[in-house]
Amino acid sequence: MRISGKGRIDRSRPVSFRFDGNRYEGFEGDTVASALLASGVRLMGRSFKYHRPRGVLTAGSEEPNALITTGRGAGRTPNVRATVQEAYSGLEARSQNAWPSLGFDVLAVNDLAAPFLGAGFYYKTFMWPRRFWEAVYEPAIRRAAGLGALSGAHNPDRYERAFAFCDLLVIGAGPTGLMAALTAAEAGADVILADEDFLPGGRLNAETVEVDGKPGHEWAAEVVARLRSMDNVRVMTRTTVTGVYDGGTYGALERVNLHRGDRPETAPLECFWRIVARRAVLAAGGLERPIAFRNNDRPGIMMAGAVRSYLNRWGVSPGRRVTVFGNNDDAHRTAHDLAAAGVHVAALIDARPDIALPDAPFPVYRGAQVCNSAGRKELESITLQSASGMQTIQTDCLAVSGGWNPTVHLTCHLNGRPVWQPDIQAFVPDAGAVPGLRAAGACNGVFSTRACLGAGAEAAAEALEALGKKGAGLSVPEAEDADYALSPLWAVAGRGRAWLDFQNDVSVKDIKQAAEENFRSVEHMKRYTTQGMATDQGKNSNVAALAVLADATGRGIAETGITTFRPPYVPVSIAAMGAGAQGKGFAPERFTTSHAQSRRMGAPMIEAGLWYRPSFFPRSGETTWRQSCDREVGFVRNAVGVCDVSTLGKIDIKGPDAAKLLDFVYTNVFSTLKVGRVRYGLMLREDGHVLDDGTCARLGETHYVMTTTTAAAGAVMRHLEFVTQCLHPEWAVAFTSVTEHWAQFAVAGPESRKLVNDLMKEEIDDAGWPFMACGEVEVMGAAGRLFRISFSGEHAYEIAVPARYGASLFRELVSRAEALGGGAYGMEALNVLRIEKGHITHSEIHGRTTAFDIGMERMVSDKKDCIGKTMAERPGLQDEERERLVGLRPVGAVKQLTAGAHLFEREAEAVRENDQGYITSVAFSPDVGSFIGLGFVKGGPERMGEVLRMVDHLRELEAEVEICSPVFVDPEGGRTRG
Amino acid sequence: MANLKSRTPCGDLLPLEIGSARLEETDPGHLTVLSELGREGALAAALSQAHGLDWPRPGRATGKEGNRCLWFGHREVLLAGPAPDAALSEKGAVTDVTDGWASVILSGPGAEDVLARLIPVDLRRPAFKMGHSARSLLQHMPVSITRIGADRFLLLAFRSMATTLVHDLKQAMEVVATRA
Repeated sequence: MRISGKGRIDRSRPVSFRFDGNRYEGFEGDTVASALLASGVRLMGRSFKYHRPRGVLTAGSEEPNALITTGRGAGRTPNVRATVQEAYSGLEARSQNAWPSLGFDVLAVNDLAAPFLGAGFYYKTFMWPRRFWEAVYEPAIRRAAGLGALSGAHNPDRYERAFAFCDLLVIGAGPTGLMAALTAAEAGADVILADEDFLPGGRLNAETVEVDGKPGHEWAAEVVARLRSMDNVRVMTRTTVTGVYDGGTYGALERVNLHRGDRPETAPLECFWRIVARRAVLAAGGLERPIAFRNNDRPGIMMAGAVRSYLNRWGVSPGRRVTVFGNNDDAHRTAHDLAAAGVHVAALIDARPDIALPDAPFPVYRGAQVCNSAGRKELESITLQSASGMQTIQTDCLAVSGGWNPTVHLTCHLNGRPVWQPDIQAFVPDAGAVPGLRAAGACNGVFSTRACLGAGAEAAAEALEALGKKGAGLSVPEAEDADYALSPLWAVAGRGRAWLDFQNDVSVKDIKQAAEENFRSVEHMKRYTTQGMATDQGKNSNVAALAVLADATGRGIAETGITTFRPPYVPVSIAAMGAGAQGKGFAPERFTTSHAQSRRMGAPMIEAGLWYRPSFFPRSGETTWRQSCDREVGFVRNAVGVCDVSTLGKIDIKGPDAAKLLDFVYTNVFSTLKVGRVRYGLMLREDGHVLDDGTCARLGETHYVMTTTTAAAGAVMRHLEFVTQCLHPEWAVAFTSVTEHWAQFAVAGPESRKLVNDLMKEEIDDAGWPFMACGEVEVMGAAGRLFRISFSGEHAYEIAVPARYGASLFRELVSRAEALGGGAYGMEALNVLRIEKGHITHSEIHGRTTAFDIGMERMVSDKKDCIGKTMAERPGLQDEERERLVGLRPVGAVKQLTAGAHLFEREAEAVRENDQGYITSVAFSPDVGSFIGLGFVKGGPERMGEVLRMVDHLRELEAEVEICSPVFVDPEGGRTRG
Repeated sequence: MANLKSRTPCGDLLPLEIGSARLEETDPGHLTVLSELGREGALAAALSQAHGLDWPRPGRATGKEGNRCLWFGHREVLLAGPAPDAALSEKGAVTDVTDGWASVILSGPGAEDVLARLIPVDLRRPAFKMGHSARSLLQHMPVSITRIGADRFLLLAFRSMATTLVHDLKQAMEVVATRA
């Protein structure tokens, strides 16, 4: 029911939205909850377990009941709080956890079975047979109980994440926060004021209090306008600070466009902020707590403060005959405000016997308690008990207040424990629990408006001092300064179910049962009863539940303690946290300069780390990748092939001590390498296992270029940094990655020199450019580098030019190779070529193999020390029986080999204990005419000719294999040198 | 024999103008990594003499458009603009990386807001003034970032990641534009 003349809504701007298919009207400034209440809708959801009808309980982000699903299709959002979601034209909202409809829910039958469904029932009931849990019980329970569901489809919506920095972060824009922000801002500090509401002002918008001689909401609006006009202030509305992290970092969730029906496609729904603040003031206010009594969950029973919010802020009376029930003076305001607005107040019931309330324009019951309620889908009456007995009052709304809990949550995120303050019967923050953050106002246990304003100013002054700034000396405005008096009442004694946690259907009885069954610790109680779980995290029920637990276990509340509050304070969409990382944003794509041309040639791409490399270059008539691959291998073996090898790491190493560094990081000697020559090198980790391998070229007396594998380029850079910064900082050597600067192409095959000479300014020959020569050349007008090295076993070169010329050079190379009967080759052919030659990759040097294992122990020079040498000399790493590199070829009926398969003696059972080794790389070799493989076999090199059984348990494949040399093609190496 | 054709890292992906931010590719001239070898200050002196540039402190840049020097890491800076004077090679390690980096300029009143979506560094005017430079991450990729004007930033990213650089910046520019 709308009350005319009240509320901060814009009655000139009506909005129209749908809830469960029905059309409702509201105004700009309404939430879904306020608009539905104004339209007389009470029933907004069904409870988690018993499917009991529930209405809105609160007016804020702590709402446990009124959860709705907004939107439709792939982008629908479940568990949206109707008390937070702004109403806008075009909004579509639906109720949750009800079937077939909110009004008639079949699973409400659960409520009749309630005696069997108490705390811990599923631990006791669904134990046997064991395998039924996953297959039957859990799916059934999940269908019956629960909140909203995601669509299961890919989320098409845009989300955002962002970073912000400030001197002072003020969390909450109620009287405390506004005063703190204003004080700091006027002193010149860089301030961020974050508030989860779309209308800053906090309780000032929900009360009838005056500040500085004007209505509180007007004062708030003026302060906000002033703050918004200042360059050093950022006012962030719809922004909930969700977590506190180390170093003054705060996570915050902003609802950027969830209130707009006309948002552009690129507009983000939410933004996850990481705010780094030198200081912070927590002005998060308080949360009102209910009093448990029998059937206290009927739609129409809500928090007293929320009733004032709906009345004063939204101009809505949640009922026509409202009753107020409380244990504190604050509850009286609700009755007075309603009466002043012309709403019929059926009664004010105060549990305290001795309150003075002269001239109240409504019946007052002192020392009385509400002990039951009646009504089907909404409240119709309540029963109260007092010294004079039981009495029933007809009422359609009951406003309840059990006092206020300071919102201490954020102060606990770094492991701080809140402190029990008996005079307000609530927990307050432990001062200093979060370095640099000070709690002030209601969240610190101070409740009057005047005291909050003062606390805000004081907290800001303290922050300014820490920031080295002078305060401007603002005076604290006048405001009400009433005492907050209460006497504790957590639960009204009596039979029946009195609800504590509305979201999880946990009653007083459940808590007592947990205590009886010896789940007496508050953390155990929580897990046993599920109190405090799900989207509201027990914001309404935590303190009352532990008070009941304390009573049941005969301990004090302070001694019982409270469960741990962890981030996030409110639910945060994973989409917001991971914003920007969907689709192409997931990881950078690294493209070589030949990428576009390779794609034009139809090459499917394979990911190598972040790089994209062509697998093969299909030609018309080829129907399988093997046909393309075999052809490309043939290019290299018989004519000439071209392959982009730019992804390999290239590190320029310079300085008088460059040779020393290389001798130290490689197992073999590089100081003796002649200028203009290349050498293959092997690198070990400190623990003696192989780190990486590659070639290293000496371009000048003090200038080398190291090549790493694609996979280990970063690791090798890190390794070199470690060596030069930590082990030998005295060496005069510097290194720079030039991977990105050079586009480099392998030109391999018998016709390679012919092709290379086609491009060179000066012709090369075997005498000037023997195997392993290198130097600077001019390539079609560009200054480049040429290396005569080979990974295929053929006469081959690698040509490097500055990357700007890469695309152009690749096209030239490919077209000229094609004219010579060759062409481009991809990763598949490259792999076949290297396996045929027994060259290793990270399939073999996978982190658990040593130089000895890969047959390169002679490459560890005995003339010098190197990293990993000593550790590699440990006897266990030199054992002949270790799994060592060999070649493998099929000799039985099955001709296929698979990488990852394990090897066993022919007669032995294929189990772990009998394992003889494993296969690391396989290929179909066009030259050998069969599959070939590389692998590791116990004592392998001593077992040449022996036949083993290959078993691939995953692919269910068995084959007989013969151990052979890992070099299948041209073992003498004549073709490389030719 | 024909000459090889040259291509820039971003090619036709740029320029882009979305909302109040503009993204364009820039040719910074030669990019050369200068690394100290041995004695501290020797290379700095040579740099000052040959190019009239101060050796930037960590997190800083010196010089101006066409002749700039950015702090680039431990004992190393990036000379952007001129070809390095031969005298520098006598005092330190001089490495050409011109083609290794995609260089773009993000400018306009929305530039700071765009970068706040991607870079976890305090880029507010008072904290990151003209002449400030940082090595950091842009979304997931390593970048160098330098303020070269009131609302102008020079960004360097790996050449191979140019497509992703433009993609990530474009997304952020679109999002910021919807907040205007």
